[in-house]
Amino acid sequence: MDIFAQQLINGLVLGSIYALVALGYTMVYGILGLINFAHGDITMIGALVALTIVQALAAAGMPAPVVLVVAGGGAMMVCAALGLSIERVAYRPLRRAPRLAPLITAIGVSILLQYSAALIWGKQYIAMPKLLEPAAIDIAGAQLTTLQLAIFLLACAIMAALLWFIKASRMGRAMRATEQNPDVAGLMGVNTNTVIAFTFVLGSAIGAIAGLMIILYYGIGHYFMGFMLGLKAFTAAVLGGIGNVGGAVLGGLLLGVIESLASGYIGDLSGGLLGSNYRDIFAFLVLVLVLVLRPSGLLGQHSGDRA
Amino acid sequence: MHKYSIRPVVAALMSAVLVVACGKEAPAPKAEAPKAPEVLTVKIGSASPLTGPQAHIGIDIRNGVQLAIEDANATNVEIGGNKVKFELVSEDDEANPTKATTVAQKLVDAKVAGVVGHFNSGASIPASKIYSDAGIPQISPSSTNPKYTEQGFKTTFRVVAHDGQQGPTLARFAAKTLQAKSVAVIDDSTAYGQGLADNFEATAKSLGIKIVAREQTTDKDTDFKAILTKIKGKKPDLIMFGGIDPQAAPMIKQMKDLGIKARFIGGDGMQTPNFIKLAGDASDGAMASIPGLPKDQMPGGKTFLDQYKAKFNQEVELYAPMGYDAVMVLIDAMKRAGSADPAKFLPEVGKTRYDGVIGPIAFDEKGDLKNGPITIYVVKSGKWEPLETVKPEADAGNAPAATPAPTPEAAKK
Repeated sequence: MDIFAQQLINGLVLGSIYALVALGYTMVYGILGLINFAHGDITMIGALVALTIVQALAAAGMPAPVVLVVAGGGAMMVCAALGLSIERVAYRPLRRAPRLAPLITAIGVSILLQYSAALIWGKQYIAMPKLLEPAAIDIAGAQLTTLQLAIFLLACAIMAALLWFIKASRMGRAMRATEQNPDVAGLMGVNTNTVIAFTFVLGSAIGAIAGLMIILYYGIGHYFMGFMLGLKAFTAAVLGGIGNVGGAVLGGLLLGVIESLASGYIGDLSGGLLGSNYRDIFAFLVLVLVLVLRPSGLLGQHSGDRA
Repeated sequence: MHKYSIRPVVAALMSAVLVVACGKEAPAPKAEAPKAPEVLTVKIGSASPLTGPQAHIGIDIRNGVQLAIEDANATNVEIGGNKVKFELVSEDDEANPTKATTVAQKLVDAKVAGVVGHFNSGASIPASKIYSDAGIPQISPSSTNPKYTEQGFKTTFRVVAHDGQQGPTLARFAAKTLQAKSVAVIDDSTAYGQGLADNFEATAKSLGIKIVAREQTTDKDTDFKAILTKIKGKKPDLIMFGGIDPQAAPMIKQMKDLGIKARFIGGDGMQTPNFIKLAGDASDGAMASIPGLPKDQMPGGKTFLDQYKAKFNQEVELYAPMGYDAVMVLIDAMKRAGSADPAKFLPEVGKTRYDGVIGPIAFDEKGDLKNGPITIYVVKSGKWEPLETVKPEADAGNAPAATPAPTPEAAKK
């Protein structure tokens, strides 16, 4: 039982990181119908910027909470600016173009970000200086570190705040209106360009926090780290129903738990035929099943031309 | 005045010429008498990267070869009753497989009797075909890829343990020194990592160690929590990882996060300073193997290191002792065959029994070093320190199976 509980904890923490990144995919998709493939790499940039700040400040002997706040804030600002400029330069000119054009552009931006990062930070794995000394909490024989707990709680808080923001705030209402129909929203006095730019800024800033969590959790940064992460988060978004913010949260957590349990039990269940490195196959198998049975994802609504 | 003064000058000049002529002539018959029929020049080739990022290691090997040749010449080696003078032919393969074949052909054309090289497995393997076609023995001081000697060539040898010997050695170390009863094995699904883990697992099983889990990840992953949690449930004494440092470092960190008490061991892919940098404090107590003895523990190590330092005014990097011994093995084979002709002394290379700087040297039927030592290192306060040296095929009869173990308490910790 303690093993199962441990796998569940591992899965939920991993899943909450997936969910944060998935939010960026799903918000942009909801409003623009565009899959922003560069989002995983924006998260990577956030992680590496945070890592660089931590390296610099930790060497200067600043206390850990200050370092974390500065690193998080710096990464969010860089990523927000990056998201804003990518939208302005790469996506806005193509907004009325055939849907394939922005998709290809997104892949191009993704590659551009990866190799820019390789130029800036090099192709080596970068080590995170030891900043925190997470204590372990024992829950029914399973180990939960305070860092894991903090990541999970912070992710939940961000997701809850975002849901509230979209539901209750003026900007949130404008976002929902733009999602329903940009042209009509424009006629009703919503500045859709501002709303779309804001969506990119918000998604990228959340991605930056996810990046900070990843380097804190794994302690390693690399210019290619955003690729697989982006793919997984995108899967999570589709699993939950792309375009639906609550769905991204559910999809992310679910994908994390599925992955964790799959690597934990796939070997025993398949009689040693499949190793734990087949966990990704298992995750994508679940995705295919969900899409076959519920094409718009777990929480996705049927929105005719978009889904 | 003029007349008088020139005479002594001329006389002096004449006598000077005479003296010089005499000086030239006098020893000439002595030197020529043995030279023409007997003093033989034997060329030894050395091929390694002398330029580029691996130049420091390549030059190190070349220096080792040069030192061996000078030492041999100083002892007036006789082969088949003839005096022999050895000559170094050094070539730069730039650590490049294509350049390696060009260099190999150059050495063959220069009619070298044997080649010490190359450094990289990727260079040694393509070059070995050319040496094999020419029938010239090739002794690599450093190439550890098992494929190098598996091509069926009679000319390929190496004086370093290969990757396929590391896994079994780690298993023996786990069984004997660590007294591990149960082990979990993880690999990164690459040819290197999986091969190492498979070799480890097979030997460990034969030694009665229980393999409680066999898990695989990939060489791009950084999250091993699920695998490690599963392993935690099986409570192994030891976790063995076949892979390289970008995975090994987060893996050992996550082990500590999960409260796994098992020790962690791996191959040369993680025996890097980078591993310690990436894993930080968590790396403490991690163990990894690397072929060869630590240089200061080689039987001829102290003398060799001093001699090398005196000659080249720098420290031995890595493989200079292997390069030195490779030359001595070639010369030893020539002596026993009584000939410096590769066709005649090649069979003798395979029968080598030689005590070199690195220890006793003998080859198996493939040309691999028999009982090639492998050293296990442990991370102690942020540094890799040699813990124990193990012979791959060490059995009960082999007395110095585990030579100096400077930190036995570290093994128990």
